[in-house]
Formats: sequence, structure tokens, C-alpha cells
Amino acid sequence: MSLIRKPLNRRSILRAGAMGGAALATPTIFTSGAWSAGYLNEPTGAEVVLGFNVPQTGAYADEGADELRAYQLAVKHLNGEGDGGLLNTFSSKELQGGVNGKKVAYVTGDTQTKSDAARASAKRMIEKDGAVMITGGSSSGVAIAVQSLCQEAGVIFMAGLTHSNDTTGKDKRKNGFRHFFNTEMSGAALAPVLKNNYGTDRKAYHLTADYTWGWSQEESIKKYTEGMGWETTAAVRTPLGAGDFSQYITPVLNSGADVLVLNHYGKDMVNSLTQAVQFGLRDKQVNGKDFVIIVPLYSRLMAQGAGENVKGIFGSTNWHWSLQDEGSKAFVKSFGQEYGFPPSQAAHTCYVQALLYADAAQRAGTFDPCAIAAALEGFEFDGMGNGPTLYRADDHQCFKDVLVVKGKENPTSQFDLLEVVEVTPRSQVEYPADMLGGELGTCNNGA
Amino acid sequence: MLHQCRLLQAKSGRTMDVILLQLLNGLDKGGAYALIALGLTLIFGTLGVVNFAHGALFMLGAFCAVTFNKLLSLEVVTTDPTKTTAWGSPLEIRTPYVEAMLGDFGTWMLNYSVPMSILLAVPVMLLIGFVMERGLIKHFYKRPHADQILVTFGLAIVLQEIIKAIYGANPIPQSAPDLVRGAADIGSIFGFDPGVIVYPYWRMVYLAFAGAVIAAVFAFLQFTTFGMVVRAGMADRDTVGLLGINIERRFTVVFAIAAVVAGLAGVMYTPILPPDYHMGMDFLVLSFVVVVVGGMGSLPGAVAAGFLLGILQSFASMNEVKAILPGIDQIIIYLVAVVILLVRPRGLMGRKGVMEN
Amino acid sequence: MTSKTSPMRDWIFFVVFAIAVLTMPIWLAPIGAGYPDLLQKFMIYGLFATGFNLLFGLTGYLSFGHAAFLGVGSYSAVWTFKLLGMNPVPAAIVAVITSGIFALLIGYVSLRRSGIYFSILTLAFAQMSYNLAYSVLTPITNGETGLRVLRTDPRLFDSSNAVDGPLIANLFGIEMTGYAGFYFCAIVLLIAFFIAQRIFRSPFGIMLRAVKTNQNRMNYTGLNPRPYTLAAFVISGMYAGLAGALLCITDPLAGAERMQWTASGEVVLMTILGGAGTLLGPIFGAALIKYFENIFSAFNDQTLHEIFGFLPDFIEVPVVSVTSLFVGEGWHLTLGVLFMLIVIFLPGGLMEGFSRIGRLFKRSSGKSESRGAAAPAD
Repeated sequence: MSLIRKPLNRRSILRAGAMGGAALATPTIFTSGAWSAGYLNEPTGAEVVLGFNVPQTGAYADEGADELRAYQLAVKHLNGEGDGGLLNTFSSKELQGGVNGKKVAYVTGDTQTKSDAARASAKRMIEKDGAVMITGGSSSGVAIAVQSLCQEAGVIFMAGLTHSNDTTGKDKRKNGFRHFFNTEMSGAALAPVLKNNYGTDRKAYHLTADYTWGWSQEESIKKYTEGMGWETTAAVRTPLGAGDFSQYITPVLNSGADVLVLNHYGKDMVNSLTQAVQFGLRDKQVNGKDFVIIVPLYSRLMAQGAGENVKGIFGSTNWHWSLQDEGSKAFVKSFGQEYGFPPSQAAHTCYVQALLYADAAQRAGTFDPCAIAAALEGFEFDGMGNGPTLYRADDHQCFKDVLVVKGKENPTSQFDLLEVVEVTPRSQVEYPADMLGGELGTCNNGA
Repeated sequence: MLHQCRLLQAKSGRTMDVILLQLLNGLDKGGAYALIALGLTLIFGTLGVVNFAHGALFMLGAFCAVTFNKLLSLEVVTTDPTKTTAWGSPLEIRTPYVEAMLGDFGTWMLNYSVPMSILLAVPVMLLIGFVMERGLIKHFYKRPHADQILVTFGLAIVLQEIIKAIYGANPIPQSAPDLVRGAADIGSIFGFDPGVIVYPYWRMVYLAFAGAVIAAVFAFLQFTTFGMVVRAGMADRDTVGLLGINIERRFTVVFAIAAVVAGLAGVMYTPILPPDYHMGMDFLVLSFVVVVVGGMGSLPGAVAAGFLLGILQSFASMNEVKAILPGIDQIIIYLVAVVILLVRPRGLMGRKGVMEN
Repeated sequence: MTSKTSPMRDWIFFVVFAIAVLTMPIWLAPIGAGYPDLLQKFMIYGLFATGFNLLFGLTGYLSFGHAAFLGVGSYSAVWTFKLLGMNPVPAAIVAVITSGIFALLIGYVSLRRSGIYFSILTLAFAQMSYNLAYSVLTPITNGETGLRVLRTDPRLFDSSNAVDGPLIANLFGIEMTGYAGFYFCAIVLLIAFFIAQRIFRSPFGIMLRAVKTNQNRMNYTGLNPRPYTLAAFVISGMYAGLAGALLCITDPLAGAERMQWTASGEVVLMTILGGAGTLLGPIFGAALIKYFENIFSAFNDQTLHEIFGFLPDFIEVPVVSVTSLFVGEGWHLTLGVLFMLIVIFLPGGLMEGFSRIGRLFKRSSGKSESRGAAAPAD
């Protein structure tokens, strides 16, 4: 791919523009790699630059801060400093200090959890700082926006926390990769656990955040719960950032439903759960059964925000620090010693993504995005805390075990809020690649 | 089909309950909106200042509750070197300080930390209001509204970034006292079936509290000499100034009172909405809409607008309404604002000439 | 002010401004802003703020919903791409027309009120647009994810070989990314700036200023100010729509958050920060805010240690920990402090600062002519 030159592309236009009188205007950073390069931002010095694009302001700032900590730790480990972390348990042993003989350097930026800001920040990393890979983020809207930008520009995008099906479904891209799980897997993993605990005769009421991730979540949960015999009483859309959800919660009281599914994330979830519990829903009896609340996507930070209201409430998560496999233990130890507290699932997925990228680059022997994409496609690995994992070539989605968790009744510390109820095996959450639609397209290396 | 029929039947039977519950929601929301808007309209009306930091004052109040709770649950941390946590650091043994010192009274205090933190919030907010007015706002009385917006917005950002630097960006849960934590079956008191009309105790406490604070502010303005001067100042500042009354000092007091009211609204709201550093901005636009719909400089107007918007918002969120007008619950507040401002040029109870240029 | 303006001065002023804009990639490189995306943003938000200033700076009507027009412009531009093809010119034209119509509707209603009542009306319309675009109108706006051009879109007028090309706006083969995109935006800004300059000097502009100074007196003279303010509102909305279109021309994605009140607030801040009612001020304000957003947020502990690496360790560590509060995740704090400092010490915004420096310079050198004086800091 890198050998074939398209008749008109970014680079040649730049060249034309430069000749057309703007030669003075072209700063050195932009020309240095561009003339000889086989691909965009080919590292020529002793360093390779990665771009960590995380939310630093706004509602997800704490999650973003945790992602950044994980990335900084990953860079340390990649450069052969520190205790090596997951590199010791990772099944691929290619990485031995540095990547392709280069030291790993990084630049950071603020997505503000807004598509425009995230793209501007990613563009700065690509255009000014010469990043060959962009990674991070804490929402699906941002992930999809940045992924398509990276596709157009010709760098690899390693998604951070993004849970919507669309990221590797309808909006998947050849240059984009996701380690985090999605709503489809959440539904598949949660349903059997819900069946065991709450039976097959239930009436569910959905409150759904009114944007694409919420709809994706609602659809997946409905699909799997209705598949096992549950009835959906109503699915009500709530505006993003509603704050006070009382007007959506009261209709639940007398709807005849005995399950409330909160398809909310972040602050919305913290608020709606807190308020639902205040309305006495957790202590209520309907149809002779205990009323229950379900939060399909959990994170430890959200659980912290909702406090004791999460007790006994089921949900799913990508990873949790209390896992006892070698990989998870190594990562928790490494992260905990560096920062003094255990990592969140966002930190885990970002750390793993950084390592996977570096490993693929090492195996490919280059930072050419197309070669790296080829090395990641169909890559099987283990030792990263999620059991044997596959980066499926057809949609660039990782397939691995999914955790079903429950709010802990007696937490021992402020981090110990969730307990793992079940590790749903990978085979149970797999689905055919064409199920979610979308086209990967062709790889773009920016040349 | 059968299922739909059954649903429909069930629906018609419980329409009354749903409406009653939404009315309660509306009152509760209205109380909150009115309380938040009260301080803002006070500052508008008397001082003529567009205060974009009002949301930040609300947020600071909420964080008074957080701080008070943190102070009460301060812990002595001792490490046990023989045991380690999963991440390798020595296990910490935490013993709450206050509880250890005061025993049962300490536990009781912790339980009542949200209402008790009013004791902290009132002096703190008074001080913040005083410092803000003397140090900053005072110099902006004669400046254009645009400058007031810029400076107060800048201040709001600074205040919230300070809170973010101390407490992080994640919401911090605060719980209501055990006594009023659950929900009350108020329907059964009035002869409805049990379990049909239930409403959280704390929301009723909040409504009562909002009513009390609003009444207190009204009484203060209505029945004290000080209030009389302030009201006169709201009506015609120049004339009051000509009468030789030191209106400046009174402005400081009014600003401080407004800060306290905003802060109290924040304190009591924490069990409903776990506070985070950004909550002020989330309420800012709403409080402006309430104030303007009520009419600039009119306290009763702000209260009426608060309840009106709260109730309409609740009813617009009913599934039956949303089925006819999808998305209406997202825009109802703004739609009502537009309609009211077009029908009544100065909002519900605004006076001519206030903030019209 | 009148004594200082003449057609000749305006022309010199414009030419100097044009040269400064077109050479931005060179003189902004040393402060780290010389890369295409940020330069494009300077142009686009400069245009947005210039348009806003035509309304606020001249008539004093403070719109708090201008982001709605930015959003409408963006969506219409992307839809033009989707339906007609990737040429930026029709996209820009369609965006200007639709945002103009939208502004006419909103302006007609909102201008029935003045002062804060007007502000809240515009705010309400913009928030309604935002909330609906984010949720119910997803079929048109693609909601949270944002509207993009897809390979399956008709793109009627795109030639067959362009169909397989990248989905980037291109002007007869020149792709609107990188520096080509910047120069396209720069030329649009220059044209728009020129028009704004003409409006400032025209009888129409003087009429608008009269509205600001005293509407009552204007009414007494028998002139109805409404048509004038409405015209200003629509022109200003068209500027915003054009800015929205440029955002999509350089990066074909239109997101709903562009219409949120914070975006409307941002353009208000840009204008006041730079100096409302001046020609250059809003552009400076826009550039300053965008610079902070993109450059200050990018500092992290690693870069700080590099910057302060020359200091001895016992000084370096505290210096880094203090500065890190103001950069990276704390860049909002810097922005807030900056807002306060500028409005407290420079009531006329940045432009007042410049003219003060200009006056100092004049006084010390004794020259009566300087470029700073040509800037109409009125």
C-alpha cells in the first residue's frame, strides 16, 4: 500500500502549495519527514512520538487523568524503565526496551469530551508534534470522531474507553482498533447472570440516555433480556445531563415493571441511580418480587460517585483490579506502586492498547500504520488481564472475557466497591463480524 | 396486542396517580429552581449586576457540605507493615477521628452532616459574598454588562478549578440522614392504595426548606427597615442615593445574602445530586432563564417562574406527552421562556426599564 | 474616531492586516501555533467573532445563541457535501443562505425584545436547537457522533474518480486540509473582514451605532430601528454560518455540541476579551482563546520538566508543581484568571491594551503616526 501513490493526496498538495508561493510558510516540522517518508510522520530521530488524547476537563476529567497515568506508566515500561508491568506477563516477548530501536516519547492533549475539541487536539499531535499514533478518550462520540480523523490523516487510532457498538460496527475504520468491550457483549454477558438471579419472568423499564451510546446499550440489553423471556414495559429517553431525573423515575413506580435498567453513563448514571434509590425502588416489591435496578455499564469511578447506592446492583465491566490472574496482579502492583491506588478499567484498557500498539510495531519492524494494522489484525495474545484475547481482523474489535460485577455490600476501602460475580468466557460474547454492519475500508498511511 | 390492551387499561386507571406524582415532582423542582434563582434575581434587581458566578456560589455551597462531611470523617491513618494491599503498599488502618473522640454523638453528627453543614455554609458563604462584592463586583457597578459577564465568568472558572484541584472531577456522594433517607408513602395518608404515591422524604424536606428560605428573604425585605431601603433601591436607585442613604453598604449585605441563599440551595441539594465541580455551570443557564421569565428584579416573579417551569417540565416528561411530541421534555423550559417573553415583554412580573438596554 | 478614519487609512490598514494574516505560518511558528489546524481555527473563529461583533459591537444587542448559526452552517455544509459533492464553494453558499434564513426567523422574533430579554430569547432558541440536534433530530444531524460524509452518499456532481478519493473537501482538486485549507480560510476571512470594515464605515453602520447609543432618541426622530438591527442580526448570523461551513470544509464533521450555550458563550467572551466594537479585537480574542485551548492544554509534567530543566532540582520541582496547576488539565484556570485580569485592568479588552502601548510608544518617540493608531479602537 505504501508503494502505491495516489494521484492527488495531502502530501502532494502540500508540495504544490509550497511551490505555489507558500514555500516560506511551510515550517520545518512539516517538511522534515514529509519529503522522503514512506508514510506520515515517519520517525527519523531517536524517538517515536505517541499522542495521548484524553479528557482533562469536563465530566470525565478524573477518568482521563487515570488514562494518562496509565499511558505514562506504559511509556516507562516500554522504554525499559520500572518493573516492566504487563510486559512480564504478555504472551508476546518481542519488546525489549524501546520500540524498533527508538525511545518512546509522548504528547498529551485535552479532548474535553467534545468531538471538535478532540479532533483539534488530535490534529495538533499529528500536524505539529509528529505523532504516529493517537489513543485515549472516554466516550464513543469522541472515539468515532477521532477514529475517522486518524483514518483520513493516515495514523493508527487505538481507542480508549468507548463502549458503543458503532466504534467497531457501523463506524469502524481500517486504521482504528478497540480493546474495550461493547454493548453487545455487555448484553450477552449480563443476560445469563440476570436469569440466574432474577428468573425469566420479569418486566423491565429502561431509562436511556438520549444519544447513540444509550440507544446502542438499550438495544443490546433489550435483545438479550427479551430473548430469555423478559418483557420490556417501556423504554424512555432522558436528555443528556438532565441532573434531576425525578420526572422520569416516578412513572416507573406504578408502571408494573419490576426491573429498572439505567442505560446511563458517567454523571447521568450517578444521578439517576442515586435518585432511583431515593425513590425507594430498591426496597420495593412488585408482582410479588423484589424490585431490582441494573446498570449495564459500570466503572469504578462511577461507583465511587454513587456511593452506597450501588450495593447489590449488577452491571458489566471490561476489567477490575481485584482479578487474580497473573496479568491483572502485575498491572495492579505496578500501577499501585507508582500512584498509590489501584487502576480503573479505563486505565487498564489504555495501558494495554499502548502496549499492543508497540508490540505490533516491533513485530512489523516499522511504524508504518498499514504494516502495524496488519500485525494487529488477527493477533492472538494472553497475559493482559482478560484471558486469551483475539484482535479480530474483520472489525478490529478485541474478543475476550467480560466481567459481570455487583456493587459490594461491605466495601473495605474506597476502591473496593465492586465484586466480580462472573467472568463470562469469550466464546459466549462472540458475534459474527457482519452483524453490526459498517465497512473497514482500506488502510491509509498518509503518504 | 393483548399486552398493549392490558397496558392501556392499566394506564387509564393510574393516570391520576401519575399526574399527582408529576405535580409533586414539579413542585419539588420548582422549589429548587426558585431557590437557586432567588439569589440571582436579588443581585440583578438591587445591584444591576449580571452575575455569571452565581452557579459557582451554588457549587461552593454544595462543597461546604462535602467539606463538613470530610472534616467529620477525618481519619487517623496508621499503616500495618505486616499486611499489604493488592497493589503492594502497606495496608492502612483508618479510624475516624470524630467518632473516636465523641462516640455516639460523633456518629449522630456524621449522620446529620448535610443539614448540620448549614452551620458551616452560612458563615463561609457570607464571607465569600462579602469578599467578592468588596473585592470585585463593587468595581463593576458602572461597567457595561458585557464586562460584568466576562469578569464573573472568569471568576466562576477560577472557583470551579480550585474545587477541581482539591476534590477532583468525580461526583462525591452525600447521604441524607437515615431518618429521611427513604421514600414516604404519602398516598396512603390521603386514601390512595398503599405504595402508589411514594415520594422521597428528602425531596419533601428540600421543598419545605426552599419555602422557608424564600419566606425568610421575603420577610426580611418586607418587614425590616433595611429591606425597605433595598426595595426602594430596586425600584429607583438614583432617588434613594439622592436621599443620602448609604446604599453601597447595603449592596454588600444584599450580595452576601444572595451568596448565602445560593450556598444553602447547594448544601441541601447534595443528597439529590452528588456534587462535582461543574454542577454550578449546569445550573447557570437554567437559573438565568428562571430569573428572566419571572421578570428582571422581581422576587415573586422568580419564585412563580421557578414553580411554573418546574411543573411544566415534569408534565412534559410524561410518556404520554412524549409520545405525541417527541423530545418535548428536552426543550420545554426554553419553549416556555420564549412564549412568555413574547406574550409578556418583561417576563411574568418584571418592571419597565430594568436590564432592557 | 471620525477624525482618524479615511478611505486611504482603511486601505492601508486592510493591506497590512492581510499581509499579517497570510504570513501567520511564519511568525506564529516560534510560539508553537504555526501548524495548519490551529491556524485554520484562528481564521474560522476570527470570522465567527467578527460576525458576532457586527451585531454586538455596533448595536449593543448581546446574542447568547450565536452558536446555533454556527451549527446550522455546519450541518448545511455537510449536507451539501453529501448531496452535491465535495466542492467547498457550494457548501459555503448553502451554509450562508440557510443560516441567514435561520437568523432571519430567530432575529425577527427575538428582536421584539431588548436587553437581557433579547439575550435569553436567543439563548433559548439555540439551546432548543442543540437539544433537538443531539437527540430527536438524529436522522438529520447524526446526533452525538456528528454528521459526516459517507462513501454511500450520492454526491451528484463529484467526478467518478473523486468518488474513490478521500472524503475531504476539495476546490477543483486542491484538498482543503493543511495549509491549503488555511489559505482558503484566510482568504474568506479577509473578504469578510473587508466587508465588515465597509459596514463599520457605512451609513448603515452609523445607524446601528445610533441604536446602541440611544434607541429612544432614534424612535423620536421617526426612524424605526428594527429593520436595521434585524439586518445586522441576519448578517451576523450569516458570518457565523460561514464560519460553521469553514469548520466543515477543513474537517468534514458537524457535531451538535457546536450549538451548545458554552459555544455561544465562547464567542461572547472572544469578542469582549478582544474589544467589542473594534474591528481587530474579536479576531485577537478568538486567537487568544483558541491558543490557550490547544497549546496550554498540551503541556504535561514531562514538557514542564523539559522547560524548567535548566533550574536546579530544589527549585525546579516546586516550580513545575506550581505551573502544572495552570497548564494541562488546569488550562481552564489560566483562562479564567486571564479573563479577570484583562477585564479588570483593560476595560476595552486587548485592543485597549494595544492602544495604550501604542500611546506610550507615541509619547516616547514623539511620532504622531503609528500603525496602532490606525486601528479604530472605538
